[in-house]
Amino acid sequence: MTAPLLDIKNLQLGVSLGRSSYHPLLKGVSFQIMPGEAYGLVGESGSGKSVTSLAVMGLLKRPLAVTSGEILFKGQNLLALPKREMRRLRGNRIAMIFQEPMTALNPLSTVGRQIAEMFVLHQGKSWAEAEKLAVEALGNVRVPNPDRRARNYPHQMSGGLRQRVMIAMALACSPDLLIADEPTTALDVTVQAEVLRLIKELCAARGTAVLFISHDLGVIASICQRVGVMYSGCLVEENETRALFESPRHEYTRGLLGALPRLGSRSEHGRQRLVDIDSIIADRSRLTESRFIAPREREGSQP
Amino acid sequence: MRLGFNFWLGATLTALVIFAGVLAHWIAPFDPVLDADLMNSELPPDATFWFGTDGQGRDVYTRILYGAQISLTVGIVSQVINSIIGVTLGMTAGYWGGWWDDLVNGLTNVMLAIPSLIFALAVMAVLGPGLPSLLIALGLTNWSWTCRIARSSTLSLKSQGYVQAAQTLGYGDLRIMFTQILPNMMGPILVMATLGMGSAVLSEAALSFLGLGIQPPFPSWGSMLTDARQLIQLAPWAALFPGLAIFLSVLGFNLLGDGLRDSLDPHMRTRKP
Amino acid sequence: MLRFTLRRILQVVPTIVVVALLIFVIFSVVPGTFAASLFADGKRAADPQMIARLNEEFGLNKPLMERFVTYVTDLAQFDLGTSFRTRQPVIDLINDRMGASLQLAVAAMVFAIVVGVPLGFLAALRPGSILDTVTMIGAVSGLSMPQFWLGLLMMYLFALQLNWLPSFGYGDGSFRNLILPAVTLGVTPLALLARTTRAGVLDVLNADFIRTAHSKGMSEAKVVRWHVARNALVLIVTTVGLQFGSLIGQAVVIEKLFAWPGIGSLLVDSVAIRDIPVVQGTILVIVLWFLIINTAVDLVYAAIDPRIKQE
Repeated sequence: MTAPLLDIKNLQLGVSLGRSSYHPLLKGVSFQIMPGEAYGLVGESGSGKSVTSLAVMGLLKRPLAVTSGEILFKGQNLLALPKREMRRLRGNRIAMIFQEPMTALNPLSTVGRQIAEMFVLHQGKSWAEAEKLAVEALGNVRVPNPDRRARNYPHQMSGGLRQRVMIAMALACSPDLLIADEPTTALDVTVQAEVLRLIKELCAARGTAVLFISHDLGVIASICQRVGVMYSGCLVEENETRALFESPRHEYTRGLLGALPRLGSRSEHGRQRLVDIDSIIADRSRLTESRFIAPREREGSQP
Repeated sequence: MRLGFNFWLGATLTALVIFAGVLAHWIAPFDPVLDADLMNSELPPDATFWFGTDGQGRDVYTRILYGAQISLTVGIVSQVINSIIGVTLGMTAGYWGGWWDDLVNGLTNVMLAIPSLIFALAVMAVLGPGLPSLLIALGLTNWSWTCRIARSSTLSLKSQGYVQAAQTLGYGDLRIMFTQILPNMMGPILVMATLGMGSAVLSEAALSFLGLGIQPPFPSWGSMLTDARQLIQLAPWAALFPGLAIFLSVLGFNLLGDGLRDSLDPHMRTRKP
Repeated sequence: MLRFTLRRILQVVPTIVVVALLIFVIFSVVPGTFAASLFADGKRAADPQMIARLNEEFGLNKPLMERFVTYVTDLAQFDLGTSFRTRQPVIDLINDRMGASLQLAVAAMVFAIVVGVPLGFLAALRPGSILDTVTMIGAVSGLSMPQFWLGLLMMYLFALQLNWLPSFGYGDGSFRNLILPAVTLGVTPLALLARTTRAGVLDVLNADFIRTAHSKGMSEAKVVRWHVARNALVLIVTTVGLQFGSLIGQAVVIEKLFAWPGIGSLLVDSVAIRDIPVVQGTILVIVLWFLIINTAVDLVYAAIDPRIKQE
């Protein structure tokens, strides 16, 4: 059996309120991602999904801090790694792309240069070599005229193109894991599909695992093999994508899916109100971690 | 409205200055102009003359108290004039647009091309020295910044719902400007005026120091420094205290203005948590 | 870039023209009183005959329109008029003293940048630290202090008491004479630069692309070198430009204080005796310099930030 690429064990995280007291944001989250797998993390704003990804990358800034738990990447606990080791992994073996491509790129530096940085940083290439590799990388993400585009500044590109640049940067060193935090939310619907397809194909081709974070169920469904649902700092359900959509177990998941207006539902079920999530979760204090995690087909014991 | 340390320190210093100026007549031990006994000149600070005496034998402490009156007058009046000019021009330019806006913009650009002290110098050259000319000169110098702020505030407020509502109700332009738009930009204007007070006091000090502002024997902190310059080796305290007074009052105005700005600014920069 | 440069330079022209007009208008009311102030020194009333002769000599009796035309045509030939007092061409007077003023202004600005920018940078990289607090307190104090008072105190301490530096004058043009005036003049821009650099760097540090840089696995030092520096530079350049204006204004006072033979002290002396042509000419030259420097700053800004040229 294969070992998980990323193994998050009972991760707890909070906002420091001073004097060692924390307001909890993550109340004990556990999940695993296998090599090459696309895992989706879905939930509303404030559920803790972005903060989980920042924790994996080691990018949590004060006053946020991990209070307990482990993040195992290829067996190593990232939380225990010295800073220099972590930097070597970041961008190189674990990469991340963010939601706002406009502000995520340095406006005063050419796009080519920003991609080239990856090669100089992690592969010890010279700037000349790195810039050539950057052009290649742009070609891989299907940017037309890559050598000309490499000399563009971010503001000279559209949102979709910029996001491709981000993808090129992230995949430059062929990382084992790509974390995508709402990468298509800020894009036009027409561009969204292209970017999603790109992510799916490139990662499949390189065997890169993906941790895809979104509040958009449709987007998650199109890319991910397994999905975890987060609510209020807990992972409340986890299953294969299809199974989750067809038979959701946790009331929150049901609420999420029920809140999706569906074409033709009126003729099928008659006039219905969209499901209101608040009324479903009757008692939030009873919420504990991972109440409905579907058993996976695996030999060996559960972690 | 969170009012931080800056604000309170500034407010305290400002209050001190106001206190000194308003009550000078009652708390000063001597007369600032008449009590000039050459027998007492250039005495170091002691029990009678708390800050020592100057070249004419006048008590420095008394003159500093009375000097506060001048500084306060200069600061407040010049900023009132500044604000009136700046707000009127800026608001109308932003609201009406068109050729008036172009004209005001052009004028503002020209004013910004002339360093303010230089302009004040020029005006003083025309009007002659003395307090009234000083007030006019300083009132005419820094209105361009206020004007810019007023104009950009007006431009963004103009498209607000309540302004458009007032327009549909048939309110006249001037009425809208003064009842709807003006109250909403008072914050930044007030900050500018407070900071401007500091700048005005510094300018007055500089002009008086150059002999172009308040003329002797009236006790302006700046002109006290002119006299003190001659005596710098014999009576350094005569230079220390007036300058210190200027420094502390301008510091007060600046901190007050900074504090106001920090509490009014929604994009307040947070320091490390 | 070239087109932008040309366009920017051309913008200076209408401004300087308007300023020249403004100066004329302001001072056209004054000339007649020059003679009066010159001869009314002390308690004697001015001799009307002397006044009349002076007015005749300088054409002050001619109608306003005629004086205006003369003014404009002279300006076009770079003739700034003749001093009432010394009968020398104003432009010569200015030329003689321009060098000293430029020396002072440049020295002060260099001092301000070399000390202020690094301080602001460091303060931003360690917000809330002692360095940060001290720098900020120092900055706000520097902005509140009357520069000439600081100059006086420094003069007292370093020149008169410790005898390390000459207390005033240009002397033989050596560097020692430049130190006190330049440092005095540079304190205010230094304070403002430290402050705005700090604010600018903090803004950059909180920007999204810095998070991206970190996510690429860059060390703090590399992030600063590759990404923060250039972006903060934009704000610094703007501030330097803005500061030059008030620097020139303050230089007038500092020149007088330290008896520095520049155009600032020329201006002050001329204002005191109402030597109008000199006052007019000096102000015009000062404003011209200010505009030139502003334009230069704008061009540097455009060279750094590629977004500006797009407009």
